[in-house]
Amino acid sequence: MLGLNRKDSLLFVVVICLTMFAPFLLNPFPEGSELAQFNAGYPDLMQRFVIFGIFAIGFNILFGLTGYLSFGHAAFLGVGSYAGVWMMKLLTMNVIPAILISVVVAGLFSVLVGYISLRRSGIYFSILTLAFAQMSFSLAYSVLTPITNGETGLQLSLNDPRILGVSEVDGSIPPANLFGLSMRDSTELAMGNWLFTFNVGYYLSAVVMLIAFYVAIRIFRSPFGMMLRAVKSNQQRLNYTGLNTKPYTLAAFVISGMYAGLAGGLMVAMDPLAGAERMQWTASGEVVLMTILGGAGTLIGPILGAGFIKYFENIFSKINESILHQWFAFLPDGLEDALVFMVYPFIGKGWHLTLGIMFMLVVIFLPGGLVEGGQRLGRLFRRRRKTDTKPGAGATEPAE
Amino acid sequence: MDALLLQVLNGLDKGSAYALIALGLTLIFGTLGVVNFAHGALFMLGAFCAVTMQRILTLSYEVVDETRTDFLGNPLKVDVPYVQSWFGDSVGGGIIDWAVPISLLMAVPVMIFVGFAMERGLIKHFYKRPHADQILVTFGLAIVLQEIIKYFYGANPIPTPAPDAFAGSFDFGAMLGMQAGSIIYPYWRLVYFFFALAIIGGVFAFLQFTTFGMVVRAGMADRETVGLLGIDIDRRFTIMFAIAAVVAGLAGVMYAPINSPNYHMGMDFLVLSFVVVVVGGMGSLPGAVAAGFVLGILESFASMAEVVAFLPGINQIIIYLVAIIILLTRPRGLMGRKGVMED
Repeated sequence: MLGLNRKDSLLFVVVICLTMFAPFLLNPFPEGSELAQFNAGYPDLMQRFVIFGIFAIGFNILFGLTGYLSFGHAAFLGVGSYAGVWMMKLLTMNVIPAILISVVVAGLFSVLVGYISLRRSGIYFSILTLAFAQMSFSLAYSVLTPITNGETGLQLSLNDPRILGVSEVDGSIPPANLFGLSMRDSTELAMGNWLFTFNVGYYLSAVVMLIAFYVAIRIFRSPFGMMLRAVKSNQQRLNYTGLNTKPYTLAAFVISGMYAGLAGGLMVAMDPLAGAERMQWTASGEVVLMTILGGAGTLIGPILGAGFIKYFENIFSKINESILHQWFAFLPDGLEDALVFMVYPFIGKGWHLTLGIMFMLVVIFLPGGLVEGGQRLGRLFRRRRKTDTKPGAGATEPAE
Repeated sequence: MDALLLQVLNGLDKGSAYALIALGLTLIFGTLGVVNFAHGALFMLGAFCAVTMQRILTLSYEVVDETRTDFLGNPLKVDVPYVQSWFGDSVGGGIIDWAVPISLLMAVPVMIFVGFAMERGLIKHFYKRPHADQILVTFGLAIVLQEIIKYFYGANPIPTPAPDAFAGSFDFGAMLGMQAGSIIYPYWRLVYFFFALAIIGGVFAFLQFTTFGMVVRAGMADRETVGLLGIDIDRRFTIMFAIAAVVAGLAGVMYAPINSPNYHMGMDFLVLSFVVVVVGGMGSLPGAVAAGFVLGILESFASMAEVVAFLPGINQIIIYLVAIIILLTRPRGLMGRKGVMED
């Protein structure tokens, strides 16, 4: 299908189904029940799943394939967001030009950063990208305030020209739309106790993510992707064979920068504002966490990682002490208090602690991330089934 | 002239902090070959040693003071620190006042313990793994340490004053025979600078003039050969890791009065310290120290009003800009050794 082999097509179809039916899948618990707080099927969160999925897929094209660890990728996302908001301020509230310009601007910026940073590799490359990102962040806060609006963040206003659109509708800012289809529009479907929300913005992002994912699969399977893997495994040998690796790594860098810009543009399309904190190095660190947690170098890993982190960030951080007490209410008082006391530091505001510990465990024990974890589990079961016929034939091809 | 001198002085305290952290980073990198992203967190732990010491010393109980009354006319309840009631007002008060320097005593064993635990428990297993993995796992560790501190101490900065004797500032210009009031400089920053010099001197002397230091230097140059000579180089490198942790911790303790510690101060310093290490040259101790001071002073020059008026925003990005230029023109950094982390 679409030039993919059977396994990749299967994976792609699975991802299509997952994203298209996400409003159902993420809302398994009926409204008003105790577990309803674990539902993630509301538009805002679902949008974040797919947008950060795009970001992580792009990061993975660079890090997963070439092994270059960029610690400044959020800069491209931030630059893309700013460009997108400006498009909405100057041109039209239609999201297409905003998203396109985000991709283009982020791409151009990544050409510049990549051209300079890629002259070094290893830790030096990480430091250089970090330095560029921090520079963009500081500049956005200080000198570039006319463009970025500093700490307040860049927002739309009623006086914006919007040449191709309208400046205001009934005294308020017109909503971001796709040819008249507002991003905020949702259709709700009530089935018994369940309430499913289908949001235009989510579906737009999901479709964009599917396209991005498809492109990523093609890149992974292309001769170009092969070359990038070769860079990762032994760049020196490539150089000795007389091959200049720079164009390949630069192309990978720019592609992943454009993915970041695309994510930034979509963020703006969903919620038209942009702030400098999107470029801070903690944001760059987050996408690193997502990719590693899910599984760097695998196709599905980054999406899993992004979904995983965003889900737990939203759901875990909502749990507070009283909810914990409710959960453990069936236990004797002393035990209940002790359990709550032990669990409490890891949830709510302490969610980052859990994230840090989880991340460390993954790096230490599962360098391939959640995907490798899944594969190991799968292998374990398969081996058990096959022991009587062919012992030790559990070596499966790593699914990517 | 005095304006220039003022900027140099202003740059010294930040430069000292950069130099101390970069020194620790380089020690770890030069010996163990590990890129430690958790080093900023060690700096932060040091600062929180000072906070903890201050809290311990000011543990107090309530006493009813009959001589004074509150606004309702009831006898006033006064918090009296235990230390003050044990040692009397003057000695006890003095001890509380000197909480930050006293916490140096606490920071040393704490940081040695943390350093050993980190190296033996975690980093040991990462010698053979790629640098990217080392960065990632120490990055995770830094997040964990930060969040633990945040859980216990909250997210807000905690003021940790210097002893009263060093609290104010003095007229440095007048001392040099310049116009009075031209250079006003806080005492504590000067203390910090000399403290940093002492620590740096101590580390260098230790490496240069002791047998232990000689073995470590030999190990940095050629680990395998030293191992073949029957010397347990791993154990010494572990000790060096602990020493690097102590250096970072002490730098943090003394920095607490300059900037009130908060849980993410380490990360802010770490990013810059890495830039410093790279500018100085990976694996070069003098390079790290020199680059630390140079960049600190450069940063303070860049924030002069005249410079900012000429090149707006330069004060924010000068360090990164210098790093980019250095990395591209002198790939080994200012004083980098040949063969260390070259690719």
